[in-house]
Amino acid sequence: MKSMEAIRAQFPILSRTVNNKPLIYFDNAASTQKPLLVIEALDNYYRQSNSNVHRGVHTLANEATVAYEGVRDQVQNFINASSRSEIIFTRGTTESLNLLAYSFGELLNEGDNIIVSMMEHHSNIVPWQLLAKRKKIEIKVADIHENGELNMEHLISLMDEKTKLVSVAHVSNVLGTINPVKEIIIEAHKRDIPVCLDGAQAIAHVPVDVQALDCDFYVFSGHKMYAPMGIGILYGKEKWLDKMPPYQGGGEMIKNVSFDGTTFNELPYKFEAGTPNVGDALGLGKAIEFMQQFSFTEIMAHEVAMTKKATDILKDTGDITFYGTAEKKVGVVSFLMNNIHPYDAGTFLDKMGIAIRTGTHCAEPLMKHFGIMGTMRASFSIYNTEEELDAFAVAIQTIKSIFE
Amino acid sequence: MKIQEKADAVAEEFAVFEDWLDKYNHIIELGKDLPSYDEKLKAPQYLISGCQSQVWIHASFENGLVNFEGDSDALITKGIAAILIRVMSGSTPDEILDNDMSFIDGIGLREHLSPTRSNGLNGMIKQMKLYAMAFKAKEQAK
Ligand SMILES: Cc1ncc(COP(=O)(O)O)c(C=O)c1O
Repeated sequence: MKSMEAIRAQFPILSRTVNNKPLIYFDNAASTQKPLLVIEALDNYYRQSNSNVHRGVHTLANEATVAYEGVRDQVQNFINASSRSEIIFTRGTTESLNLLAYSFGELLNEGDNIIVSMMEHHSNIVPWQLLAKRKKIEIKVADIHENGELNMEHLISLMDEKTKLVSVAHVSNVLGTINPVKEIIIEAHKRDIPVCLDGAQAIAHVPVDVQALDCDFYVFSGHKMYAPMGIGILYGKEKWLDKMPPYQGGGEMIKNVSFDGTTFNELPYKFEAGTPNVGDALGLGKAIEFMQQFSFTEIMAHEVAMTKKATDILKDTGDITFYGTAEKKVGVVSFLMNNIHPYDAGTFLDKMGIAIRTGTHCAEPLMKHFGIMGTMRASFSIYNTEEELDAFAVAIQTIKSIFE
Repeated sequence: MKIQEKADAVAEEFAVFEDWLDKYNHIIELGKDLPSYDEKLKAPQYLISGCQSQVWIHASFENGLVNFEGDSDALITKGIAAILIRVMSGSTPDEILDNDMSFIDGIGLREHLSPTRSNGLNGMIKQMKLYAMAFKAKEQAK
């Protein structure tokens, strides 16, 4: 792996201070910071090539189109999709899931059901609830074990002949659990049920190969993998995308329009109505380049080490409850300091320059399951260091002494 | 004492702290000094929504003056509630409605006013003003 210094030098924001302390950014599950090449890609695009895509004969339009479509190829390659037409640009995970709930949802009938899990982000719950109302379908919820692993037996037992989709997180944003998605897909496919994976928390942390997984849909956000906010991906198998009706109507997504009837464009454009987010897509391309400097073996080893050290620090502090202690997890540590409100602790950490997330993490059903109002969550990225954890240890001790 | 006078007194109290840690310790102490809050008043209608911590504000009206009580499960939030209660309690509805709450700047709590701070300071102020408005309307209806 490159030296930590060299990695950190690529992230300008890491040299700033917060409350007169060096920034320690442990909120990577919410959004990662951006490396220089991503920031420069945006700047370059708006300085040099800004233009609408797919529409013009002029040089700028051609350049922008080539660059934009080039990112589609990069994404295809990054997740090993079999065809570029299976890669749909969206605003992010949330929009991808809403697109699916709307368009794939059109294929469902009253009395059908879909399965999610107890650990889902609201993005993988609410779009399905809207669909459930629209189509009178049922949403079934798979249980989890106390350590934050999916209850596979329960999940499988929920699958029946009316199940039209299983949509679960590849990795949990609260618990860090890496779900046994391959096994879920095998079980679902045995029953002819397609599977959608919410990859928001997986994409920067574990290798994703959609063909090896054989998932039917895979969704993620660029901003959680070093790319700008406002760009994300919906991967879908062509056989499903072909069957699904368009999501939004407008320019780009049509072949011919007349008042007698409109024919839709081919994939992937059928699902990309209107002027796309070209600049941020180019940023995503650069973020993929950034990530490809590393192997996932390196990334995962780093996260495991950070997680272990953070866990040890907290254990030494005493009086800590952990949420999510699955055997296979990414660099996410959710915990509560007993008798100290996460809001209080989070505020004090911020005063010491340390950014963590506190609250429900957009997973209220999961909080309810544990009977808590929220957790504190430290989540790590490639640029976090053991020294930062040493500072975290001191900060946690300080907080403990204040509240005792 | 008028709202502004009480606010000035609080600001003076905070002025001696140079260190953020001391300042926050004082906020927490103020919270601990709040009179105990009736558990029965921890009902949903007294809960301020939109904060990460739970905070309850209840008000009563006697002899033309509004009195507040409150509680929170987070100590910083409870301390902030205590400051607001200390400053606003015992005032007439008009005094409460007319105050622009700029005293919060004086105490150095402005950072908590940002709507994104989800600690309920904004929510508490809004709720207190709503109480004042309701009491005023009630008085006028007499
Ligand atoms: C598991 C999971 N799903 C979905 C989302 C939503 O992602 P976005 O807000 O980028 O659309 C998140 C983001 O926090 C997440 O962690």
